[in-house]
Amino acid sequence: MPAVKGDGMRGLAVFISDIRNCKSKEAEIKRINKELANIRSKFKGDKTLDGYQKKKYVCKLLFIFLLGHDIDFGHMEAVNLLSSNKYTEKQIGYLFISVLVSANSDLMKLVIQSIKNDLASRNPVHICMAMQCIANIGSRDMAEAFTRDIPKILVSGDTIDQVKQSAALCLLRLLRQSPDLINLGEWSSRVIHLLNDQHMGVVTAAVSLIDTLVKRNPDEYKGCVSLAVSRLSRIVTSSYTDLQDYTYYFVPAPWLSVKLLRVLQNYPPPEDAAVRTRLTECLETILNKAQEPPKSKKVQHSNAKNAVLFEAINLIIHMDSDPNLLVRACNQLGQFLQHRETNLRYLALESMCLLATSEFSHEAVKKHQETVITALKTERDVSVRQRAVDLLYAMCDRTNAEEIVAEMLAYLETADYSIREEMVLKVAILAEKYAVDYTWYVDTILNLIRIAGDYVSEEVWYRVIQIVINRDDVQGYAAKTVFEALQAPACHENMVKVGGYILGEFGNLIAGDPRSSPMVQFQLLHSKFHLCAPATRGLLLSTYVKFINLFPEIKPQIQDVLRGHNQLRNSDVELQQRAVEYLQLSTLTTADVLATVLEEMPPFPERESSILAKLKKKKPDSVKENAETKMPRPAAQVNSFPEQPHPIAMPEVHNEPNQDSADLLGLSTPVPTMNATPPKDSAAGLLVDVFDTLGAMTTTTTATNGLTPGADEGFKRFLCKNNGVLFENDLLQIGVKAEFRENLGRIGIFFGNKTSFQFTSFTSEVSLPGELSNQLMVQANPVDPVVDGGAQKQQMLNIECITDFSEPPLLNIQFVYSGAQQRIALKLPVMINKLVESTEMDSTTFFQRWKTLSSPQQECQRIFKAQHPMDSEQTKAKLLGFGMGLLENVDPNPENYVSAGVLHTRNQKVGCLLRLEPNMQAQMYRLTLRTSKESVSKELCELLESQF
Amino acid sequence: MLKFLILANKRGQIRFAQYYEHMSKDVQETLETEIISKCLLRSESQCSFVEYKNSKVVYRRYAAMYFIVGTDNEENELAVYEFIHNFVETLTKYFSNVCELDILFNLDRVHMILDEMVVNGHIVESNQATIVSSVRAIDQVVNR
Repeated sequence: MPAVKGDGMRGLAVFISDIRNCKSKEAEIKRINKELANIRSKFKGDKTLDGYQKKKYVCKLLFIFLLGHDIDFGHMEAVNLLSSNKYTEKQIGYLFISVLVSANSDLMKLVIQSIKNDLASRNPVHICMAMQCIANIGSRDMAEAFTRDIPKILVSGDTIDQVKQSAALCLLRLLRQSPDLINLGEWSSRVIHLLNDQHMGVVTAAVSLIDTLVKRNPDEYKGCVSLAVSRLSRIVTSSYTDLQDYTYYFVPAPWLSVKLLRVLQNYPPPEDAAVRTRLTECLETILNKAQEPPKSKKVQHSNAKNAVLFEAINLIIHMDSDPNLLVRACNQLGQFLQHRETNLRYLALESMCLLATSEFSHEAVKKHQETVITALKTERDVSVRQRAVDLLYAMCDRTNAEEIVAEMLAYLETADYSIREEMVLKVAILAEKYAVDYTWYVDTILNLIRIAGDYVSEEVWYRVIQIVINRDDVQGYAAKTVFEALQAPACHENMVKVGGYILGEFGNLIAGDPRSSPMVQFQLLHSKFHLCAPATRGLLLSTYVKFINLFPEIKPQIQDVLRGHNQLRNSDVELQQRAVEYLQLSTLTTADVLATVLEEMPPFPERESSILAKLKKKKPDSVKENAETKMPRPAAQVNSFPEQPHPIAMPEVHNEPNQDSADLLGLSTPVPTMNATPPKDSAAGLLVDVFDTLGAMTTTTTATNGLTPGADEGFKRFLCKNNGVLFENDLLQIGVKAEFRENLGRIGIFFGNKTSFQFTSFTSEVSLPGELSNQLMVQANPVDPVVDGGAQKQQMLNIECITDFSEPPLLNIQFVYSGAQQRIALKLPVMINKLVESTEMDSTTFFQRWKTLSSPQQECQRIFKAQHPMDSEQTKAKLLGFGMGLLENVDPNPENYVSAGVLHTRNQKVGCLLRLEPNMQAQMYRLTLRTSKESVSKELCELLESQF
Repeated sequence: MLKFLILANKRGQIRFAQYYEHMSKDVQETLETEIISKCLLRSESQCSFVEYKNSKVVYRRYAAMYFIVGTDNEENELAVYEFIHNFVETLTKYFSNVCELDILFNLDRVHMILDEMVVNGHIVESNQATIVSSVRAIDQVVNR
């Protein structure tokens, strides 16, 4: 048994040997429990434990803790050891506390008192132990207790070196813990001057402190630059005998040199010419030494030397001002790239990544491209290969992009699983950033999906679709390429998604070729359908409905698919709903409406690539290097998607807008999935977004009628849509899903409890104030009086319109939440336009009717200033959402919009005509409503006016 | 700064651990298991630097013992790599030829030596003679 150092604790040695001799885990646990019981009884019973025994038991506890067992006693004994005068006992006490006692323990007050006593003692060993304990625990309480003493000890002339070292690091710890408490004030210059201290250990400790101080307040500590440079210079130019024990394998003070070089990286190159020259000389000396023959064959010698060299190169890159130094650094790293030491190759690749971002050395780095590619192919260590990928990414520019991307793609086939996802992101970014020819971009991304489909995240395939939609020169090529890619018998689901989306938008561009005729495209996609996950199937259903618009000739076949039991009775509500709605959309509407609803997607707003955002999240450092390249590379300018500072999330699913429109139009079938789908405001994509912002922007009228704040906004948001969130506060979210047909409506109201507690006595009632009780009939089923935390309850309303109305019904909700009565009063989103069904008519009929409705009581006209940008797409979308449809080629002036519809009430049907005339120059609109009933004209006009 | 230093033998048993960043015992345990197994799996020809979550891990193997140091991104890898060697040499000097059992039976001494070299995650002293002599000073007081 090896000797235990110092005062041999035989009991401890025996215990450790016992544990080591245990044959099984069970035996070990048994032995430990026995020992714990023993120690516990000793601590409890025997009051005559002396310091030595306490120390022995505390040591045992430490050992047990190391073996992975939590220790829940013995703390008090450890605290008692602190007041011992024996070094080892005191030391064990501090050790136990540093390792086992958490900063917020009740014992901390006692510990702090002991530390105070030790600091006040004249014994430097005691002072050091106390300070190391502060440095290790560093709680807020300690910061409060010692914030005055420590700086004094640090700079005082009669403090011995060892104590100074501890004090520096102790202060550093308190500074991190409670920066607000520490104010060095007048001490700051004396702290900086510790850099001149005779004792190298003190300097080493002080540099760490200064580095932290500098990071907090660079200006205040500017003076350290010249001191650090001169200290560094003295070390670098010293011979290895000068520094004696601080020379490590013939390298003078390597750790201190590294730290000094780090501190300097907090500042730009020194302004003072003399300091600057001196620093340049230092860096040159370090570079020169790398070329000298080694003073020792030992690996420690070269490692220590290279540690300093790499840090010097980091500083050179940081200053980024001296081309000569940068190129020398690059050449030096180039040598390391082929070094036999794996560590050096790894570090050289890492440093070169930084060099690649400097305009002075970017070209020099590119010279090593071949070597880096070889490293990617031949390195045996995945960490090194990973660095090679990083470097290739950093050195990529317009001139070498095709080659680098090709190499990365080739490597991807065999790449380690751990780095595939990141590589995919990098390839996608490079391909986009440096694409001159977008066909190359499309090819690259499709290859990416083919080779590493599993690692292609949503962002990547969203992005290729965005780009294809925004660039019409590549759409035909993209359609052709995805079509070919889909021919493969086994293709990745991501390929099906991209293929489905692109063919749905641009399949017509290749439909002329009989080999890719509409029917062939459809069958090709549908052959993959059954192998795909629900989300992809949903996307394909959207593609199919888009095909109905693009290729009316295959409408019957597509309707067959939509009508199939697999779709209509699918257990996935989303698929079921899509199938039902798309089927209705294609059956009921005219070709014109279909064409409007299923129009090609508008270009996406230009925004930062979400792939880049993802990579940034994954690896903050590596992207900074490339994305914020300091050199204005020509290629970066050509990028057709300027990177904006605000990353905007992609809309969740792109082709959902038409789904939402389908809701509005697919009236004749009651939607069977109603109660299953929670109201989702965000899912509906662009169309709804338009209205959301509208809702938010419309001027708020003050709620004078006892309504809950927000009620009006919620109500207005529903003018042009039927589903969404009506109201939301901290407790409750109220969603609405509505359907109207002729004079009838069905509304599902969903109450979501956002808290984790129950709502009780929950009631929700509809009231029809004043006249309204004669105009509307509302039947509401009662809601469950208890809504559990996080749960959702629904209420169904049936509505019948007897005659037209102008005030909406009110919804009163009451419940008890944590003992308090809550009350919410809202407007129910029922307006007369919901009961209007659009009608088709040609120009002649329209104007004939227009003329017959010309009496002043029948017309209501408003002229008003545009409150929103006068965008024709948005206007169309709003009018379609309003419910009166949109008639094309009716108005002789193509700028104008006209709609026609019939308002259904029980008592009568009212024909409605609408004309909206924008005047772009004046930024004005004229809105005219003509109906056979005065009140209807007025109400519709008022409702719609607020939307433009 | 250094975040932790772990010593383990090649069977994966942990022999010494010091943390400079507060972590709960559970987190420490997972970290130890994951990092040790990661290091054990690596061959001689692979480099001595591994990434683990947001730490850089630098390790060095001496016979059956692995010395593993985790650092933040502000440390120079080679400097840490040589710090490990300096630590080992200091242990050797103190124990005159250190082995696994010396460490196991003298955890407190190893802590003392490390505390002389690293405080609060920063290297404060690299001078082996100074370190050994201050620990010896304590031993002598005790033995007297």
